[in-house]
Amino acid sequence: MSLSSSSPLLSVRNLKVHFPVKNDLFAEKRVVKAVDGVSFDLYPGETLGIVGESGCGKSTLGRAVLKLIPSSAGTVVWLGRPLEDASKSALRSLRREMQIIFQDPLAALDPRMTVGAIVAEPLDTFEPGMAEQDKRARVVEAMERVGLPSHLINRYPHEFSGGQCQRIGIARALILKPKLLVCDEPVSALDVSIQAQIINLLKRLQTEENLALIFISHNLSVVRRISDRVMVLYLGKIAELAERDEIYRNPRHPYTQALLSAVPIADPDKERAKKRVSLTGDLPSPINPPSGCVFRTRCPIVIEKCQSVVPVLEPVTDSHTVSCHRWREAIQLLME
Amino acid sequence: MTVSQEQPGWKTGNQTPLLVVDQLVTRFATPDGSVSAVNGVSFHVNKGETIGIVGESGSGKSQVLMSIMGLLPHNGTSTGSVKFDDREILGMSREQLNKIRGTRMAMIFQDPMTALNPYLTVGQQLTEVLTFHQGTNPAMAREQAREVLEQVHIPEPGKRLDMYPHELSGGMRQRVMIAMGMLCRPDLLIADEPTTALDVTIQAEILDLLAEQQAVTGTSIILVTHDLGVVAGLCDRVMVMYGGRIVEQGPVRDIFYDPQHPYTRALLLSMPRLDDDLSGDLPTIAGQPPNLAQMPPGCAFAPRCAFVSEQCRQAVPPLREIAPGRAKACTLDRLVA
Repeated sequence: MSLSSSSPLLSVRNLKVHFPVKNDLFAEKRVVKAVDGVSFDLYPGETLGIVGESGCGKSTLGRAVLKLIPSSAGTVVWLGRPLEDASKSALRSLRREMQIIFQDPLAALDPRMTVGAIVAEPLDTFEPGMAEQDKRARVVEAMERVGLPSHLINRYPHEFSGGQCQRIGIARALILKPKLLVCDEPVSALDVSIQAQIINLLKRLQTEENLALIFISHNLSVVRRISDRVMVLYLGKIAELAERDEIYRNPRHPYTQALLSAVPIADPDKERAKKRVSLTGDLPSPINPPSGCVFRTRCPIVIEKCQSVVPVLEPVTDSHTVSCHRWREAIQLLME
Repeated sequence: MTVSQEQPGWKTGNQTPLLVVDQLVTRFATPDGSVSAVNGVSFHVNKGETIGIVGESGSGKSQVLMSIMGLLPHNGTSTGSVKFDDREILGMSREQLNKIRGTRMAMIFQDPMTALNPYLTVGQQLTEVLTFHQGTNPAMAREQAREVLEQVHIPEPGKRLDMYPHELSGGMRQRVMIAMGMLCRPDLLIADEPTTALDVTIQAEILDLLAEQQAVTGTSIILVTHDLGVVAGLCDRVMVMYGGRIVEQGPVRDIFYDPQHPYTRALLLSMPRLDDDLSGDLPTIAGQPPNLAQMPPGCAFAPRCAFVSEQCRQAVPPLREIAPGRAKACTLDRLVA
């Protein structure tokens, strides 16, 4: 897909989200650097996959982009307009163009509201004068678009399965025809057979409505299915960002390689013959991240430079950037 | 397609069954009446073998484990037979069971944070197993606990003994659970989604660890998971469950390369993989997993099956042998790939 011709829907520059940590009296002020200097562009109709392990900041990034949580530094530009400068009411009206769906679909729905009322809620907020009849028609249309039979309109969330609840969440998010949908682990709580239905649905809706997606997931196989580009986050920073096929075929960052090689393949011969890049230790605390490269404490090919010099994102190709001092030789070194 | 098992490096296990489950039925009394979670499940586990049980939510896979371990909640009852080392353990008293559980059979759970006691240090929990079951003296037990932590690759094991579960990371807690399970060198280790809550790099380490421990101790493992990739890497034989029944079972390569039940095949196809073809939609299974309280009269998969016939809706197809060591519960003769 050629994306460079159009102008970006969303431009994020050096975004930081730092949360203060409760301090002991007189102790030094400490922060958790959940997102620490992330930049990317998102184009209309594009899907950006964000992958990383728990604690890498992927959900925080998704929320910060929507200004659902305040950022500590950096800018988010929506269609040429910096959101930092937008007034509360301006931000509110922009919100109709950007929506979010969550991991636990049942928890995201009010148990006391009918499906019809849940799906209609964004209309009540943004188009309060709408006639009941028109509203109902819009709700029925939104439900059918996501594969929910409209005769279920008066049912309550607990009467639905997880997959159907996720469809309700998607119908609610799309009823205002947004330009951007942030999907935060939307299929992680679902069974495999249902997961495939929701992935196909999101892909179809995206093509039909030219919707841009930010698809956050820890599941690299799912992200590969749906994304045009993929960002790998580690401890709040971008480790690698590239087009889908490029990152899966030609990963440069040792962390990306470790992640990809750790995914179990549902093929006994391949899985047992597979060579794996193993990491040592656990994710360091984001309160006290390692000096230099944040990945160095777990990196199998760490050198002295990694301790003192923070790596910057370097271009591998026009559409592939990586943040590692040794990206040129990483593949050979790790395969040895 | 014939799939040969004569591959180098594939262990077949010696053929003495350690565990024999026969016609296991597990029911739960609920306010809306009795619900059957397990509907007549039979299988065996050989010594040194790893069995995978695969299924979606409501397939009954976890309840099979809970029934074997005697860990059903108060409203649950099991009938049938579970023989461990030739002894009937279904319906055994708690006292008798406690002599087997922990020493000869151990279980590891999905969520180590809820399975470990938050009030006790890692050391207290580990040594309790030894002092209770084997009457080891406290100093010796502590030394053994330290050793077992070292075996599961926990750094600074001596220091960890004095830590509480909340002071450890998720991966570390799961390793403590495995250490606890392996402490008495059980003959059978039952693992219920042991890596589902973990990040993928940690999952890979934990799976390696299980395989490594098994190679040392010769323990048999029953691994319950929804992740077919995990099964592909670790198991010798696989049972696929749906609606409280085994719908297909066989050696791991047969199940993956020549699935014979429509559900097994659909499940394999619907799972996104790192190496799959991205053109076109991901194949899906229509509809929803079955509601155990309202099971259809025939095959539980019939409402979602692409090959359904009238016969399927009338009676539950029995699990029948289709080749030595392979069985399926389906009326279809042969499913061609």
